[in-house]
Amino acid sequence: MGAGAVGMTHVRAFVPSILPLRLEGVGYAVGVKPLLSDVSLTVEPGRRLVVLGANGAGKSLLLRLCHGSIAPTSGRFFWADGSPRPEAQAMVFQRPVLLRRTVAANIDYPLALRGLSRSDRRAMVARTLDRFGLGAMAERPARLLSGGEQQRLALARAWAMRPEVLFLDEPTSALDPSATRIIEEMIESFSAEGITIVLTTHNLGQARRLAEDVAFLHRGRLIEQGPAAAFFAGPKTTEARAFLAGDLIW
Amino acid sequence: MEGPFATAFGLLLAADPVLMQIIGLSLRVTLTAVLIACLIGLPLGAALALARFPGRGPVIIVFNALMGLPPVVAGLIVYLMLSRTGPLGDLGLLFTPEAMILAQVVLILPIVVSLTRSVVEDIWAEYREQLQSLGAGRLRAVPTLLWDGRVSLLTGVLAGFGRASAEVGAVLVVGGNIAGHTRTMTTAITLETNRGNLGLAVALGIILLTLTLTLNAAAWGAGQWARGRLG
Repeated sequence: MGAGAVGMTHVRAFVPSILPLRLEGVGYAVGVKPLLSDVSLTVEPGRRLVVLGANGAGKSLLLRLCHGSIAPTSGRFFWADGSPRPEAQAMVFQRPVLLRRTVAANIDYPLALRGLSRSDRRAMVARTLDRFGLGAMAERPARLLSGGEQQRLALARAWAMRPEVLFLDEPTSALDPSATRIIEEMIESFSAEGITIVLTTHNLGQARRLAEDVAFLHRGRLIEQGPAAAFFAGPKTTEARAFLAGDLIW
Repeated sequence: MEGPFATAFGLLLAADPVLMQIIGLSLRVTLTAVLIACLIGLPLGAALALARFPGRGPVIIVFNALMGLPPVVAGLIVYLMLSRTGPLGDLGLLFTPEAMILAQVVLILPIVVSLTRSVVEDIWAEYREQLQSLGAGRLRAVPTLLWDGRVSLLTGVLAGFGRASAEVGAVLVVGGNIAGHTRTMTTAITLETNRGNLGLAVALGIILLTLTLTLNAAAWGAGQWARGRLG
């Protein structure tokens, strides 16, 4: 990335896209116990995909597998650029780890790992702080921010890595309603810039607000997927119907 | 006999050259040993926390056990290495401050390695997936983990300093307690006690304790400040 690119939004006209991401029969087992089985799914570029399901259904696991944090024990991933784990993707974990240094240094850290020059990094950090209204707290220690501010920083740090696709694991599960609204607005703005979003949630209101596509997991299996409107209007499986109605499906 | 406190203050106020020389040498030996032990022990401990290799368990056990190595034995090992017939005998280091530094490095390196390993292992468990996600491999993670563990690691370094400044066995065996050359506060205390010169011995003891207390207070203050400042 040259200094000239810093002023632009996330446009990659000349770089081959890493999306769509295709999953074929992906599974993950610990010993003989399968935690995720036979998931086949396509992550389409420019969409917001919400992975839904009860606790323990395998949502986080699916995201970590897509991100490349862990390797599947069966099945395969196909990124469109053919690489096993492309750089142009980022993830915000359910409990993101902020480094014990300032807000600005947290944003700078992954940029330094990617070998950006000092001046490019300084420009990108300044731009990121500005973009997310974090400028006033740039020199504050990241660990002393409030929960909502920490999550904003975690998303900002991921954004600064210029991902084509951003994986978000329960991004608002620990936040109050106003902080949740800020995070959802951030996610929508990412989406408006063309960043593909894959997000897990067990918050149905959030799923309805953000989802364009839905993947519904039940006990480690992907049992329903498709456009969000159709899913919420008429779920095909009894499990999904029960989940949407708030019934117990164990 | 005037009281030991009076003796201590008298010597300090007069800036007694012999006393100043002893304090200076003690600090030089111990601080140099701590510095060398940190330069080796911090990266080694972190590497031990992150690396997985056959025999890792026994290596950890050995370092843990060596934390309790009797100073006299550490001194003896260094003595055998540096003595005229030993493998490093040609260097002619025996009965020099450099030999004392070496002996104290042997003594405190296991403390720095073991505590670093323990601290870094805990941080690694928390950071691992996040650092990997941000693009840091194991090797690149080492400086990050050491830096983020800096407040806890200070405790390990202090423990090393405490052990080195308090021990007498190692510096006595390899240094020889030669007046004006290798006499430290602890070896001087031993000697003056044997001579029945208790006033001077206690005075030296008070000075040693005060130094240790001051250093620990400073480190504790720095740790508290860092915790409040860095979270």
